[in-house]
Amino acid sequence: MMSEAAPASTLKAPAARSGEGQTVPVLTIVGCLILIWYAAAIWLNMPFQLQLNPELAGMDLVYATWAAERPVLPSPHQVLAEIWKTTALVDITSKRSLFYHAWVTISSSLLGFAMGTLVGVLLAAAIVHVRALQKSLLPWIIASQTIPILAIAPIIIVVLGSIGITGIFPKALISAYLCFFPIAISMVKGLTSPDLMQLDLMRTYNASQFETFAKLRWPASVPFLFAGFKVAIAISLVGAIVGEMPTGAQAGLGARLLAGSYYGQTVQIWAALFMASGLAAFLVMAVAFAERVTLKRMGVKP
Amino acid sequence: MIEAKDLSLTFTTADGPVYALSGVDLTVGEGDFISFIGPSGCGKTTLLRIIADLEQPTGGAIHVNGMTPSDARMARQYGYVFQAPALYPWRTVERNVMLPLEIMGYSAAERRERAHRNLELVNLKGFERKYPWQLSGGMQQRASIARALSFDPKLLLMDEPFGALDEIVRDSLNLQLLRLWRETQKTVVFVTHSIPEAVFLSTRIVVMSPRPGRIIDVIDCDLPKDRDLSIRESKRFLDIAHRVREGLRAGHSYDE
Repeated sequence: MMSEAAPASTLKAPAARSGEGQTVPVLTIVGCLILIWYAAAIWLNMPFQLQLNPELAGMDLVYATWAAERPVLPSPHQVLAEIWKTTALVDITSKRSLFYHAWVTISSSLLGFAMGTLVGVLLAAAIVHVRALQKSLLPWIIASQTIPILAIAPIIIVVLGSIGITGIFPKALISAYLCFFPIAISMVKGLTSPDLMQLDLMRTYNASQFETFAKLRWPASVPFLFAGFKVAIAISLVGAIVGEMPTGAQAGLGARLLAGSYYGQTVQIWAALFMASGLAAFLVMAVAFAERVTLKRMGVKP
Repeated sequence: MIEAKDLSLTFTTADGPVYALSGVDLTVGEGDFISFIGPSGCGKTTLLRIIADLEQPTGGAIHVNGMTPSDARMARQYGYVFQAPALYPWRTVERNVMLPLEIMGYSAAERRERAHRNLELVNLKGFERKYPWQLSGGMQQRASIARALSFDPKLLLMDEPFGALDEIVRDSLNLQLLRLWRETQKTVVFVTHSIPEAVFLSTRIVVMSPRPGRIIDVIDCDLPKDRDLSIRESKRFLDIAHRVREGLRAGHSYDE
């Protein structure tokens, strides 16, 4: 800490090495999971295949379980084929395109994320500045998260629908309901993170509460904000998908999941699930990237 | 500059009252370099914080520059240097020095000029664009001194600013501080627990003792204004240091 900055190269080297070291273990785990998946597909699909054709045995039976029309558990290559069929082979604006459904979901989840962030930050700022609110508001915030989202989502959709609000907004509201919580909690922590000395310093300048917020509390809370973002972005997606279910929505990954289960299209369900998790991974990576860029611009020690 | 009469501060705690300060009378003249010295718990930091209006006395009266500490703080009459640099890690050194200037509404050009001038004053020219973590502990504390000086207050309050630094760095910073004080003609109130540091820097030394926090002795330190480190071997220096040590002993400060 007391010495001058070390050259960047010596700091980066260990990180790069550990990055290389991760590839093999990660691929091993993925390989194992795929093997287990194929084995489970044989085991779960076998009874039905034998019902259809009791003569089947040996490798023929195995292949049959991996290629069933409506399997209990579709095999990985069936899911991949379905994803390929519904992404690359259809027009992106088509209702059969997974990208189209992903876009429907992501748009409401991002709107919900933005609304949740706004509410979460405002709540945290209020809690930090008004002592009384800490006691009165915080228990309600925590209680709000103990209500199962599956119970409250249909209520929101139905109530808003009855007053004529449909489409993206009710779904975004459900996302926001989930999102604001991690943001509020991490921002309360972030806004109170400056130490007494840093706060006293502002007092010696006779700085107003707003200046103390803008020049000390807010910048100090940025790393905490990103920690909240990472949780919030993932659950905003969950909120949007859950929000698409009770409407019997026509579009979105949630609607895809629901339709798949109505018609026993397990392959379609799994394809939608994979799209959802891929989307979540993409969103979390986007947040991580934004975090790296922001913290770098704020001069945080690499 | 500072006048305190029968100043006291009692904290009420679950274990009963704690007498942090009791019956403190103190006068600090303009251009003085005053040190508060004493063991921990003697109230030296508390006294400094009362002057800065970071703590409220429970008895007595105090005036800073002819006004109450609260008015003095609102009029931005003093710069405060803490035990730690307390630089904001997301600001460069230059922008840390500009922080009080932003709050006090100086123009952008004036902010730049003052940051530049004060960083030069503490020998940190060329480090404007560095972030605090890229600086050594001594450099960080110098940056915090530049920040306290940036809006040109007449009074500089320093709370053990070099306490966390090693002796070699501390010696060099003491020399720089002395030069700075001569050049800027500030009034400095300096809290320390190092006898040589107090004697080397001060025009007057206030010896304090704990339970209750009070002033034991005020020692004039009439070494020539133009001092260097070798003065610490002179007879006069050792005599004053001896008197400070005697004062601390009289206050039973060595019992702990």
